Amino acid sequence: MLRFTDEHEWLRIEGDLATVGITPYAQEQLGDIVFVELPARGRRLEKGVTAAVVESVKAASDVYSPVSGEVIEINETLVGEPGLINSDAMDKGWFFKIRLANPSDLDGMMDEAAYKAKVG
Amino acid sequence: MTVVPEAKTLRRTPLHALHCERGARMTAFAGYEMPIQYPLGVLKEHLHTREAAGLFDVSHMGQITLRPAAGELSALASALERLVPVDVLGLAPGRERYALFTNAQGGIIDDLIIGHRNDHFLLIVNASRTEVDWKHLRTNLAQVCRLENNADRALLAVQGPAAQSVLTRLAAPVAGLRFMDVGEFELARIPCVVSRSGYTGEDGFEISVPAERAEKLARALLQHPEIALVGLGARDSLRTEAGLCLYGADIDEASTPVEAGLEWAIQKVRRPGGGRAGNFLGADRILDELDCGPRRRRVGLRPQGRVPVRNGALLFASHSDRDPIGVVTSGLYGPTVGAPVAMGYVAPAHALPGSQLVAEVRSQRVLVEVTTLPFVAHRYRR
Repeated sequence: MLRFTDEHEWLRIEGDLATVGITPYAQEQLGDIVFVELPARGRRLEKGVTAAVVESVKAASDVYSPVSGEVIEINETLVGEPGLINSDAMDKGWFFKIRLANPSDLDGMMDEAAYKAKVG
Repeated sequence: MTVVPEAKTLRRTPLHALHCERGARMTAFAGYEMPIQYPLGVLKEHLHTREAAGLFDVSHMGQITLRPAAGELSALASALERLVPVDVLGLAPGRERYALFTNAQGGIIDDLIIGHRNDHFLLIVNASRTEVDWKHLRTNLAQVCRLENNADRALLAVQGPAAQSVLTRLAAPVAGLRFMDVGEFELARIPCVVSRSGYTGEDGFEISVPAERAEKLARALLQHPEIALVGLGARDSLRTEAGLCLYGADIDEASTPVEAGLEWAIQKVRRPGGGRAGNFLGADRILDELDCGPRRRRVGLRPQGRVPVRNGALLFASHSDRDPIGVVTSGLYGPTVGAPVAMGYVAPAHALPGSQLVAEVRSQRVLVEVTTLPFVAHRYRR
């Protein structure tokens, strides 16, 4: 199941696990990404807090946690190859996997068709 | 993440339609709608400029002409020397010089280029400071000169190792220009004022062109495969690697030329012992700093990790120190360096190259080393 937020993040949900990344639209807006700071594994995130930071040549942008839960895995490859977020935002450019504390956090998120309609 | 909405009610340059046609992403800058990047992207635009040549629309910058109200240009040069700590009288026809408008406290009102155009001076000033500069000139020079704002002219920059090769195909004589020469040339049958100068550290040219012919000239330049359009994003990373100041970030009315490490712009003749020493706004403080040293100093900074350390980050002498000894004024990932680069002000005790400092980035502390500037060697054709 794939879900999207108003903040241009995607979540791929399998059971109580969600893999989180930013959308192709978001990476396009950011431009060339040169640095990414990921949350520590094991960190408990509240929905809406800053989970990661992405930096393009020009600016730093926060990535907010779309759900509450515990970070169980991070994409270490991004640290050496942040450009993967630009080249493969929906797959190899994933940020972290989080164990959902409240499955109801997903309520009201968009499916792919609704998100595509939003960004045009 | 947050996506910034498009800005509205901004001025447009004569190349606006071309930018849109070429897929530029536009942003608000100094009251203008300017291209921040094209589809190539900031990284590749930056690298392309260093390897071949970039075409920049810098029409937002102010182009101010000063003509003597009566008599000789030298009388106007003398009056202008009251506003800049620079040798204007000694500037030869067809030459230009980096200068700084200083205020009575020695702070920097703007940095600019003064070109000697035989019967007048041409000043190129920052977009964000054009109005302030205009008032400053009106207040101080209205008696001795006529001011023209050249709102009907665009400004293009061609920067990079292929710039000369491309420009000589449009006008062979431009090859005769050396760094900081300026003169009139016909490019693509358009009369232009061309100078050998720029803001990237590369060899290159800046071209003042009548607004209504600017798009034609830009298209003629883009015919050449060496040339790619480059936006403000890469302009910023290029100038930062070249160690060049951005007004409003690295220099402002609270920083002096000596603090900013720009004393090279103050020629001997304006210094103590020189024929026309002092006698400019803020001379007391600036000449004292030349002699005794400033309270703080602009330096190059190399963050030791991969985290870009940006404008506003505080600098500390050690991991445990609570009181900052400096602040970062420009910082980003340098595409040619392949690592983060920054500039900032530090107390003199920490300004020596090799000094180890700590920058605060998002409540983490990152090691940075003080270095000499520039990060990428200048390649001017002197």
